[in-house]
Amino acid sequence: MPPAAGGGLAGSELRPRKGRCGSQAARAAGRDVTTAAATARSPKRPAPPSSRRFEAAGRWALLALVTLTSFATRFHRLDQPPHICWDETHFGKMGSYYINRTFFFDVHPPLGKMLIGLAGYLSGYDGTFLFQKPGDNYEHHSYMGMRGFCAFLGAMLVPLAYLIVLELSRSLPAALLTAAFLTFDTGCLTLSQYILLDPILMFFIMAAMLSMVKYNSCANRPFSAPWWFWLSLTGINLAGALGVKFVGLFIILQVGWNTLSDLWHLFGDLSLSMATLGKHLTARILCLILLPLALYTATYAVHFMVLNRSGPGDGFFSSAFQARLSGNNLHNASIPEHLAYGSVITVKNLRMAVGYLHSHRHFYPEGVGARQQQVTTYLHKDYNNLWIIKKHNSNSDPLDPSLPVEFVRHGDIIRLEHKETSRNLHSHYHEAPLTRKHYQVTGYGINGSGDSNDFWRIEVINRKFGNRVKVLRSRIRLVHLVTGCVLGSSGKVLPKWGWEQLEVTCTPYLKETLSSIWNVEDHINPKLPNISLDVLRPSFPEIMLESHMVMIRGNNGLKPKDNEFTSKPWHWPINFQGLRFSGVNDTDFRVYLLGNPVVWWLNLLSLALYILSASIFAVAVQRGVRLPAEVKGLSQVLLRGGGQLLLGWMMHYFPFFLMGRVLYFHHYFPAMLFSSMLTGLLWDTLLRLSAWSLASYPLARCVHTLGILSLLLGTAYSFYLFHPLAYGMVGPLAQDPRSPMAGLRWLESWDF
Amino acid sequence: MLGFLQHPVVVTAEVNLNMVALTAVGLLSRLWQLAYPRAVVFDEVYYGQYISFYMKRIFFLDGSGPPFGHMLLALGGYLGGFDGNFLWNRIGAEYSSNVPVWSLRLLPALSGALSVPMAYEIVWELGFSHCAATGAALLMLIENALITQSRLMLLESVLIFFNLLAVLSYLKFSNSQKHRPFSPRWWFWLVLTGVACSCAVGIKYVGVFTYLLVLGVAAVHAWHLIGDQTLSNVRVLCHLLARAVALVVLPVLVYLLFFYIHLLLLYRSGPHDQIMSSAFQASLEGGLARVTQGQPLEVAFGSQVTLKNVFGQPVPCWLHSHQSTYPMIYENGRGSSHQQQVTCYPFKDVNNWWIVKDPGRHQLVVNNPPRPVRHGDIVQLVHGMTTRLLNTHDVAAPLSPHAQEVSCYIDYNISMPPQNLWRLDIVNRESDTDVWKTILSEVRFVHVNTSAILKLSGVPLPDWGFRQLEVVGEKQFWGYHESTVWNVEEHRYGRSQEQKERELELHSPTQADISRNLSFMARFSELQWRMLTVRSDDSEHKYSSTPLDWVMLDTNIAYWLHPRTSAQIHLLGNVVIWASASLATLVYALLFIWYLLRRRRRACDLPEDRWLRWVLAGALCAGGWAVNYLPFFLMEKTLFLYHYLPALTFQILLLPVVLEHIGDHLCRSQLQRSLFTALVVAWFTSACHVSNMLRPLTYGDRSLSPSELKALRWKDSWDILIRKY
Repeated sequence: MPPAAGGGLAGSELRPRKGRCGSQAARAAGRDVTTAAATARSPKRPAPPSSRRFEAAGRWALLALVTLTSFATRFHRLDQPPHICWDETHFGKMGSYYINRTFFFDVHPPLGKMLIGLAGYLSGYDGTFLFQKPGDNYEHHSYMGMRGFCAFLGAMLVPLAYLIVLELSRSLPAALLTAAFLTFDTGCLTLSQYILLDPILMFFIMAAMLSMVKYNSCANRPFSAPWWFWLSLTGINLAGALGVKFVGLFIILQVGWNTLSDLWHLFGDLSLSMATLGKHLTARILCLILLPLALYTATYAVHFMVLNRSGPGDGFFSSAFQARLSGNNLHNASIPEHLAYGSVITVKNLRMAVGYLHSHRHFYPEGVGARQQQVTTYLHKDYNNLWIIKKHNSNSDPLDPSLPVEFVRHGDIIRLEHKETSRNLHSHYHEAPLTRKHYQVTGYGINGSGDSNDFWRIEVINRKFGNRVKVLRSRIRLVHLVTGCVLGSSGKVLPKWGWEQLEVTCTPYLKETLSSIWNVEDHINPKLPNISLDVLRPSFPEIMLESHMVMIRGNNGLKPKDNEFTSKPWHWPINFQGLRFSGVNDTDFRVYLLGNPVVWWLNLLSLALYILSASIFAVAVQRGVRLPAEVKGLSQVLLRGGGQLLLGWMMHYFPFFLMGRVLYFHHYFPAMLFSSMLTGLLWDTLLRLSAWSLASYPLARCVHTLGILSLLLGTAYSFYLFHPLAYGMVGPLAQDPRSPMAGLRWLESWDF
Repeated sequence: MLGFLQHPVVVTAEVNLNMVALTAVGLLSRLWQLAYPRAVVFDEVYYGQYISFYMKRIFFLDGSGPPFGHMLLALGGYLGGFDGNFLWNRIGAEYSSNVPVWSLRLLPALSGALSVPMAYEIVWELGFSHCAATGAALLMLIENALITQSRLMLLESVLIFFNLLAVLSYLKFSNSQKHRPFSPRWWFWLVLTGVACSCAVGIKYVGVFTYLLVLGVAAVHAWHLIGDQTLSNVRVLCHLLARAVALVVLPVLVYLLFFYIHLLLLYRSGPHDQIMSSAFQASLEGGLARVTQGQPLEVAFGSQVTLKNVFGQPVPCWLHSHQSTYPMIYENGRGSSHQQQVTCYPFKDVNNWWIVKDPGRHQLVVNNPPRPVRHGDIVQLVHGMTTRLLNTHDVAAPLSPHAQEVSCYIDYNISMPPQNLWRLDIVNRESDTDVWKTILSEVRFVHVNTSAILKLSGVPLPDWGFRQLEVVGEKQFWGYHESTVWNVEEHRYGRSQEQKERELELHSPTQADISRNLSFMARFSELQWRMLTVRSDDSEHKYSSTPLDWVMLDTNIAYWLHPRTSAQIHLLGNVVIWASASLATLVYALLFIWYLLRRRRRACDLPEDRWLRWVLAGALCAGGWAVNYLPFFLMEKTLFLYHYLPALTFQILLLPVVLEHIGDHLCRSQLQRSLFTALVVAWFTSACHVSNMLRPLTYGDRSLSPSELKALRWKDSWDILIRKY
């Protein structure tokens, strides 16, 4: 430690070196600190070049040490436990899907899982393990490649944080503190050791942050090679963060904010011509918008290219989409393109997981509307999903070869006859079985002859009169002629009498929702020429759009149930409750995701302390108080560097309060990284400040060194206490005095 | 000595006739034929029932907003001598003669009328001309949607009134800041700002957005004040303290006051009691209080109790058991213990009674003196009617297979031992030796063998369980959740040794005597929490709309239709005003960005004071529109057109501001200026014309023919009711 603390105060390393970029603020601060430190201690003694070289070497050594410690902690006992832990069951499985090239659906963008799959593929995993449920043993399957990859990225977080804080504060002790907080945090450690998306996500977030900070430091040398390098690297990492999880959006917002304020400053600089400003703007649009967008799109291109076999995700997507997947029955199929009278069709609801319009020879039970044949939606393919399109006013067989083919057009009045039972799709003023405000839909009539309640107007969404209706591609709506209501599925499950299929209703509310929009999937008409479905294949932008819609809907669908324990955002910073990764009972190998309480509570305290000290400085500046040079430098570090980190913490934390979906403890970890960096920066600055204010006492010099040292040692000791949480515990639970964790259950809500 | 007599006593009165005239026409437009239609119009059916509750002093719970708005409406009823006897069940129902329709609708109408001169004042205080100010007031006056909304027993116009009042008083305050800080006038407007803000929040939660806006502007001004180095530190501190007290502390206090009055007024138990905790219910007159009055406070071994789940979702219910057993095999093929069912039952029933038993003794009666049960004690719970013991074991629960089944133990002699010991965990204890108290204590039952926790899973059981709610032993303990917490509601000391006597005893009502009072803060926090968390079923509505429909008025709401003729009332805005207000907002935003960028390059198009005026007008008016509009995109509840009205008012205020700015600064030549004035006059005339055309749908006073109605349907998305004869 001595070189760190000594280096921090020596001042020489604070001076920007030749050929490197240095942020103006930090530079100013650095210079102030230097001069102040110099006047305080060693008046006018420039550091000899040899010592400067020594300093540089020491700095690299320190970085190496930090990285090494981080890797050592992350890779220690990485193979334990040799069974599936927690969400490995999802992400490992999805990695296997990539190796097996089967299509699946997930609410997160594909990059993270693709990388996991790639890591598995390169390390010799063959994709045959089923990843059925947590606790399943890996046996002979090679899982270390995937875990190792995640652990590698997780370990990289520490040096990244170290470099960010170093760049923001120009102080080695601050960076070292941050590194120690993260290295010794059991939560980060646990989260990095398994096949999860979080280490990948956090890696990209931190890398984006680092490159943003680096590029800020290059602001005085625009359009130089390092400037371009860091700017485009920021863009690349943004694409990575967004490509892993949608919460990557938060770091994009932060970078966006930083870019805006950056541009605003440039714009106010009258020495820059409009052409230069234009160049600045273009460079940012290029590197921070177009480049990430292109990369993000590219991940999807790869995703769809790799996953070309039918798999468990098919049903979530539209019929046209499914036609792309080999093994799906729509693949390479050929059907007539336009609907004509007499066609036999299946009609699929556009809402996810609702299924096909269906009817069967069972009546609605007594007391549920009219006692007529049930109409439902059904998720599986079945003969009862087939319907015949007929004209509303004639019952002649349109398939009679003597008659000309007549196409169904937008706005036509049709009748839909159920093929198996020859009853017409029918609706009337009776309330629907479950959704009382809607009308009931039934099958009615005998052999196709019914009444005027069987007439429906077929409408193609976004189409004018007269156009034909396309198979798969046309989004259609069926409007009941008499009541004016729209055929839809409420998505509610019918009771046993309805075979637990989904309710179909006719909704009088003419709002355009997906549940009242349908498309035609199968289409049989011997009089029409078949075309290959490839013609209908959706284009890449359409696929992108559709998969995003499905993902967003999937995310919104993850709603917590009432009587379930769910994690609330306010639980997280206080480390209220962990997540059980593995094992429950005292005989199991237990891993428990919980932040190191010492680090976390220090973070919490530091947030309050930061806000307090920052507002004191801000008010002082606003009041025009003349601060001594050194204090001014430190306050700049606190306000600018700390401000960036505080913004990062807020950006990655507060939006969760607005989210309706199920939340988990591990969602806090990106915010926690920022919070830890802020803590490191804050304590270093505060200790320097107190050392400065005590300058008249002989002990003053030690205050800073001792403070940093005790924080480092305290953190390390707490890690020693809590490390079993991450590396695994066997034996009695913590309530038991015989347990090694006895006495460490500081909150009753921790259950390890 | 008598020097003051040397000068005459002079009273100088300055009357702004503009204001007087505007107030007069405002009143006329809002109060004209106020009692017509004498029938329930739209949401009056909803607010009316709460007015009736106030009149009858019956407690209710309404999640839609804090009580101040309801209380204001009820004040109208009180002044009109309403006795609360009206069945609010159907829109369009004729009011009976005891309903003072006029006075019920008076307060919203007055608020709507006064908003007109207030618009004038705001624009004037913003530093714009009397002409612009009059324009703003006239636009408010002829805006049909505002007229409709304020002529009925609805809350939006009151909300708008307080929103405007908050903005106006803040402006007056900040204008007097320049001349005479800490003068009585300064204090008056500052305090009024705070009070108006809390009134707005007290009417609807969305009022909080305007409050935040005012707070934001005040914070920026305060920040400038801090930067003002001509002021001494002490003076700055005084300024900040005054603002903090008036804009933060005072609104909180006023908000609490609303609840205090609300709870003071509503002291009788009513239909929503069930949602509240037992302690809250016991504080109301009648209802549970009558039942629990005089129960022993401390639960002792041998006590007979009913246990209510604190969470009470989906419905409030009591721990229950009955003779039936779990089916041997469930439908999905899993097996059960086939022991007696334990459920949660939402109705009072003799089978809800349990006896607290000391595991070490056999008796089921209370000793003399009673031995109270304390936190940490091990107890058994005996079901009163069947004398079976509450039990849980490592068998999957019927519907929540990850949790343990809870049953009343039957010994089948199949080596499944009873596991019926529970440790009492008092959640809201003050010390570890606390005694288990009726109603007040919230307790958890932790199973001794498996450390599972007795929990209401809330899933209704199938027919074999009589659709009662499932109760499970939760093994995966993830910390505190209200569904694992229970409290004793009814309680008596058991006296009878024999089962037959005991059954009689269980059927008899409880007795003895204790009194318990909840503090106001406890009642407030519970009520507020329940109001925020109570879920209204998000039913779709024929006239619900999305925020995107609002900006250009793509939707309307039919409020009322005359039972015989086609006279009808619609919430339908003045399209010209809506469209031009939206346009003005856009123009403002573009101009603002343009000026801002130019200023950054040191090109000042506007003089400094004009620029500051322009920014402040934008912050309050465009900002007011944004904060009252944009949050709706994030809301998941059913939205209606009237939710847009507060935002619209701010937009209307911005409209003359933008017009005056264009006239003053962008029209270079005299010719352009006259042309522009002519355009504005033409535009205003058309707005008046539109307003007049839509008047029959606003007041509902005239029955239009079907062809006239069809002619009024200017947009396909408007739903105007046309009778088919």
